[in-house]
Amino acid sequence: MTILRVRDLTVRFGQRGAPKLTAVDGLSLTLRVGHTLALVGESGSGKSTVVKALARLLVPDAGEILLRDRPIGHGGRALRDYRRSVQVVFQDPFASLNPMHTVDHHLRRPLLRSPDRARGANLTVAVHELLRSVSLSPPADFAAKRPHELSGGQRQRVAIARALAPTPQVLLADEPVSMLDVSLRLEILNLLDRLKRERDLALLYVTHDLATARHFSSEVMVMYRGEVIEHGPSDQVILHPAHPYTRLLASAAPDPGRSRAELAEARRTRLDTRASEADHTAERRGALLDAGCRFRNRCPFAMQVCGSRPPTLTAAPGHTAKCWLFDESAVRSA
Amino acid sequence: MTGRTVDTPTGSAVRRPAAPDVILRAERVSVEYAGRHPVRAVRDVTLELRRGEVLGIAGESGCGKSTLAYALTRMLRPPAELTSGSIMFSGRDGTEIDVLALRPAALRAFRWQRISMVFQSAMNALNPVTSLRRQFADVYRTHRPDMSSEQRDSRARELLDMVGIDPRRINDYPHELSGGMRQRVVIAMALALEPEIVVMDEPTTALDVVVQREIIDEIERLRAQLGFSVVFITHDLSLLLETSDRLAVMYAGEIVEYGPTVTLHDAAAHPYTQGLLRSFPDLRGEARELRGVPGHPPDLSRDLVGCPFAPRCEHAFDPCRRVAPVLADPSASTAGRTGGEADLIGRRVACHLHDPLHQESR
Amino acid sequence: MTTAESMVSVPGRAAPAGMVSGLWRTPRLLSGLGIVGFFALVAIIGPFVVHNANAFSDAGYSAPSGLHWLGTTQTGQDVFAQLVVSTRYTLVIGASAGVLATAVSVLIGIAGGYAGGWIDEALSLLSNVVLVIPGLPLVIVISAFLGNGGLLSVILVIAVTSWAASARVLRAQTLSVRNRDYVLAAESSGEPSWRIVFVEIMPNELPIIVSQFIFATIFAVLTQAGLAFLGLGDINLLTWGNMLHFAENDEALQTGAWWWFIPPGLCIALLGAGLALTNFGLDEVLNPRLRVYRERTKEPR
Repeated sequence: MTILRVRDLTVRFGQRGAPKLTAVDGLSLTLRVGHTLALVGESGSGKSTVVKALARLLVPDAGEILLRDRPIGHGGRALRDYRRSVQVVFQDPFASLNPMHTVDHHLRRPLLRSPDRARGANLTVAVHELLRSVSLSPPADFAAKRPHELSGGQRQRVAIARALAPTPQVLLADEPVSMLDVSLRLEILNLLDRLKRERDLALLYVTHDLATARHFSSEVMVMYRGEVIEHGPSDQVILHPAHPYTRLLASAAPDPGRSRAELAEARRTRLDTRASEADHTAERRGALLDAGCRFRNRCPFAMQVCGSRPPTLTAAPGHTAKCWLFDESAVRSA
Repeated sequence: MTGRTVDTPTGSAVRRPAAPDVILRAERVSVEYAGRHPVRAVRDVTLELRRGEVLGIAGESGCGKSTLAYALTRMLRPPAELTSGSIMFSGRDGTEIDVLALRPAALRAFRWQRISMVFQSAMNALNPVTSLRRQFADVYRTHRPDMSSEQRDSRARELLDMVGIDPRRINDYPHELSGGMRQRVVIAMALALEPEIVVMDEPTTALDVVVQREIIDEIERLRAQLGFSVVFITHDLSLLLETSDRLAVMYAGEIVEYGPTVTLHDAAAHPYTQGLLRSFPDLRGEARELRGVPGHPPDLSRDLVGCPFAPRCEHAFDPCRRVAPVLADPSASTAGRTGGEADLIGRRVACHLHDPLHQESR
Repeated sequence: MTTAESMVSVPGRAAPAGMVSGLWRTPRLLSGLGIVGFFALVAIIGPFVVHNANAFSDAGYSAPSGLHWLGTTQTGQDVFAQLVVSTRYTLVIGASAGVLATAVSVLIGIAGGYAGGWIDEALSLLSNVVLVIPGLPLVIVISAFLGNGGLLSVILVIAVTSWAASARVLRAQTLSVRNRDYVLAAESSGEPSWRIVFVEIMPNELPIIVSQFIFATIFAVLTQAGLAFLGLGDINLLTWGNMLHFAENDEALQTGAWWWFIPPGLCIALLGAGLALTNFGLDEVLNPRLRVYRERTKEPR
């Protein structure tokens, strides 16, 4: 069941003395109950801006956001209702909890403000219930602590509990584990996965890590410079990437599964291709913001036709890519 | 309490000559952060770096790996202090240097010429108001005063070219370069005086995957070309599995497992190493059990009884809570388990599971 | 984040109880609090102890003696008694003007920083205008206009002219705090704005507010002294500034009656130093990075 539908979301940032920067350009997505959609991209791709726009922490310049097929109403009340239904887990657990307040405060407030609010003793029970659901026990001990007494993983659990307090339907997890120690990451991701199933949440998992994106989500969207350039079932996108940028990402990611001989071979190939290039790779990274494909100056398959904006084309059933390589007539004429 | 003297066979009395290809040998190094509750961040760490190899040091934040890097290069600043141990450097030209005995002037020369450093935030450490040309020239003016300005210039261009940056950009200022390019410049500067060791502390953590891959490839190529040794420190074990020849896994200020990377990858002996390895899902492999290492590291301002990993270890048994395991060869018999004295190049693990002494009690 | 950094902050993460005990380890804070506490004590009980400070006597211009510890004024008033009574009004003016100025700066700085947009622009413009008008001349003009309006007008005049700088500091801090994730999280859970400002943002700025308050108090004491010396403000109030004013008027300097002008001058300097020390000391306690570590040994080895 679709719970959140986004169409043609566009966010622009004004810059002093410069044309507006388009951080998110015509993004569309659907979040379904009990499913995880991974939004993959590197820094500057606009993925965090998508989260802020969906959480209504900023107002998009264009596009439509439908929660249960209804647009966000006007006025403060409608906005509050929407925000309660769409909660965020932020990236940095050291910045997302107020150092001056106890864990109890962090959970009690959103509980108090939720429509079916509990009071008095019930409220304390509800706080403990939340803490238990994120595996922080004994809950009474944790409720009394302040953020500085908690480890990074525990803080992130509190942040997740806070996001659950208003009983949301959608959870936006913005790089929820990238600031945590590796040994804790899978624990937190497993927790999010379990909560998603238990509470029928729709989960948007924003990350730069392809491996966890593949294992914790059913679908993957890849963003590059504000655009979704590839979208499909996660195994399909990671194992058989269609867009040249996704292929680059997949080949660059560390992969403990490969043997050392394979690694050495891959490195040699990369160094050889690099050496054969006349110019320096590091300097070709600048984005082209003209009418053409934004990736074409880094793309090994760039063609004449890439000077015009590629449409979203089908690479395989249910698997789309914004790349001319999947337009047969364009490839033939190249 | 940490003693001020090293009262073991590794002291001066029985100092055994280091293997010929060992370039840096740190012995029983301990570092403390002073304060009301002193934090023993590095505890009795012994390690050897061989000529031309990449030694990876992995571990969670707070396990002491960065502190160890600072200690090896003598960059510790109060409240951190090296409380015991020795660090010996054997140069390419046969010079033996006692790193801890160096006077300030000699230390400055030692750093950069013999051993140089690249840190995570290093790319922000470039001086924003001077051009790359000036920054390279400054290095040479300090360390190679007899070089002419033309020589300095051409050397700087060579270095830039070497790390994949157009030498024509020598007049650029740091803000005109991307993050990845700045990190390349820092690496070029670290290589400026052809050091024999480069210590890299999370050199690519702040960078995107694609850029990280390029930089790692670059380091690998330069090492093959110039033959320096690398101490590569990162929390990203998956990266170390690809880049390092030998690997040391640190936990709670101690090395808990140590050995050739291939061996550790295929048959990790310490439950913590196993847990870390498990924490990285395969990108392409079959979905397998996805779990990390529950719990959190111990408070290093307290005295640790038994194995520091025991509270998080699923295999912990009685001796783990009483006796601290020593770093020893997991395949050796009881007689060979003296720790420290044996060949450090081989495989070592600090875990009772591999100690025949405790086999029966399990 | 390097481990080295995170380890350094370990001692700073001590519980609040540890902070209180840390308080007594900083000599600056201790001496600062000692000086300020002494003056506060004098201000509270002093006037009940000394004799009538305004009583005239025939013994004009007499040097310090057993009868008059700090000598007498031209009209034979006891300088020590005046000094003690002046302490009360000087402190009242300083603290009240400090509180008032800080309150205004908190209101304007945090409101502007949090609200953003045209409200921020307008409030920033206001504080910038107040900031660029030369302070002392403005104070002089306003107090000349108000005339002898008594204690309250002196406090108001000083407060009105001294809030702008700290308003700017607080606005900058609010701009940084308002975009932290915990503020965004409070917004997305539907907290009203006033609650976000007072419960989520303001407690995090408390150290800055306290330090701004102390500076405002120092400024108020000095400004009041300056005004009184120039004969502005209420000359019927007994303050250290007014003592200096009368000493100057009655040519104490020319006649060498040092006991009349040195003690109030010294008191002003001492109170200022005490407040400044308290401020630096507090900073040291609250900011672990400024804490001084003793190196236990010279050479590692």
